[in-house]
Amino acid sequence: MKNTLTAFFSIGLMAAGIALAAVQPARAQLEIDITQGVVEPMPIAITDFVSSGSQGGEIAAVVAADLKRSGLFKPIDKGAFIEKVSNPDVAPRFNDWTVINAQALVTGRVSQEADGRLRAEFRLWDTFAGQQLIGEQFFANPTNWRRVAHIIADAIYERLTGEKGYFDTRIVYVDESGPKNGRVKRLAIMDQDGANQRTLTDGRSIVMTPRFSPNRQEITYMSYEGSQPQVYLLQIETGQRELVGNFPGMTFAPRFSPDGQKVIMSLMREDGNSNIYTMDLRSRNTTRLTNSNSIDTSPSYSPDGSRIVFTSDRGGRPHIYTMGADGSNPQRISFGDGTYSTPVWSPRGDLIAFTKQTAGEFQIGVMRTDGSGERILSSGRLQEGPTWAPNGRVLMFFRETGGGPKLFSIDLTGRNEQPIPTPNFASDPAWSPLLD
Amino acid sequence: MRRIAAITRNPVAIALVAMLAVAGCAGKNTPNNAADLGLGGAGAGAATPGSTQDFTVNVGDRIFFDTDSSLIRADAQQTLARQAQWLNRYAQYSITVEGHADERGTREYNLALGARRAAAARDFLVSQGVAANRIRTISYGKERPVAVCDDISCWSQNRRAVTVLGGAGS
Repeated sequence: MKNTLTAFFSIGLMAAGIALAAVQPARAQLEIDITQGVVEPMPIAITDFVSSGSQGGEIAAVVAADLKRSGLFKPIDKGAFIEKVSNPDVAPRFNDWTVINAQALVTGRVSQEADGRLRAEFRLWDTFAGQQLIGEQFFANPTNWRRVAHIIADAIYERLTGEKGYFDTRIVYVDESGPKNGRVKRLAIMDQDGANQRTLTDGRSIVMTPRFSPNRQEITYMSYEGSQPQVYLLQIETGQRELVGNFPGMTFAPRFSPDGQKVIMSLMREDGNSNIYTMDLRSRNTTRLTNSNSIDTSPSYSPDGSRIVFTSDRGGRPHIYTMGADGSNPQRISFGDGTYSTPVWSPRGDLIAFTKQTAGEFQIGVMRTDGSGERILSSGRLQEGPTWAPNGRVLMFFRETGGGPKLFSIDLTGRNEQPIPTPNFASDPAWSPLLD
Repeated sequence: MRRIAAITRNPVAIALVAMLAVAGCAGKNTPNNAADLGLGGAGAGAATPGSTQDFTVNVGDRIFFDTDSSLIRADAQQTLARQAQWLNRYAQYSITVEGHADERGTREYNLALGARRAAAARDFLVSQGVAANRIRTISYGKERPVAVCDDISCWSQNRRAVTVLGGAGS
């Protein structure tokens, strides 16, 4: 709990453990093993938080939706509830919950402080063991109530699965509108559940491939606004933009280094080939990492910053290669039929997600970092661009749906594909880190 | 508590659809001449010599590529040779060569592929005597398709390099 508390402080929320009597938060049997292929979702009862208005129900609904979409939980219909929780400070009648097979129970209260802040408390109960597993409270600006709900869902997910959650995150993507041969593309940002949609650019220039900085305050992306398409930085809150570097040709396919100090990208050469460069954002020094007469693009760092995975057609067709962060020892790691591109290193470091084209299909897959253990998670006519949830257990990508692209998420198991709601067509999603 | 507030910081593509039947399958049958595609809606010969329309209609402003290739095909060489001849006569134009890809490729890779196609077309024009400093290249990857169905005939139309006239009199 201590780490969790620290995390909450760092994002400006106040959290405090709230204990009930002398109940020890025992590591109970109530745990989901999500490393197994098939997971039976855990039945969980999420009661409306006690409140004077509708907010208690709204927060509970966001928590329930997060947990349900993960595929690991099955929120129980509120109509089946027997006990009506009116005082979340006292222990629930566990039998009322076990009899409807609620293995876990969430209760809470939301209220307004004298200074206007929202106060939200919640408890997670193991109904069969009759124990409280978590008790916390948060204070926040009332406009951030959805974020409080996501943080509560993350706490529940982490306690019951043993893995970090990913609900208090955002997605930056390309909002697409208009006909296919005159598509308007804007950068847009939203919460991971599709709420709080906002566009970040006006659509006058083609934009693509937005990626979050590790502190999730900045985006690097490619835009056609200048005399040639190049990589830019955008401060999300201020809207301030700047060109990355002063390169002679097109720059594209940018990503941040894990420490946020560098942007790695491709630079088009005069001969039409493309090589990989980094630019240090403080010193402005640029470093060339590849020098082949081929297309080298889509670079992505390993989470420890020591390695880079990228796409190259130096062997004839596009395949995936890894090299040291200084460009040393490039070696091909994909050897299957077809072509491989857009490799992205997992935030856990163990896997690389990619787009594969074979037999007229586009596939989203993962492989180990040495190229072994390839697994295809999703196949379709036209889909690409995987991005990892910060816990490395879920991927998002975009797929042509007829008329235009939309976003989807899928578990690392290849199960639980979910559409991500967006107001228009959407492509190039990038998942933010959790702030911790 | 003092950080409570901090949480808040928290060119016109010409539709070729009607002409797709003409285009047929990928490969040798693909028309490489804008006039074949009915661009501009004017019959050959109606354009003033030396005009943009003359270039587009009578010379042909675009060439096409094979899948995942930036090799200038024989038919494309003929088109580019005509373009170079015309550009050498009307030296007042600077040009932009736009490289494009079809949708079968990832966005990032196709940007690079479009760049390679534009560079290949530029190099051919330069080899035919067009001054390199008159030519700028840009890649649109698969972001600006002209044909918007999703079969072979569309793909072959979208794998292209288009020579766009600009800066007359510059």
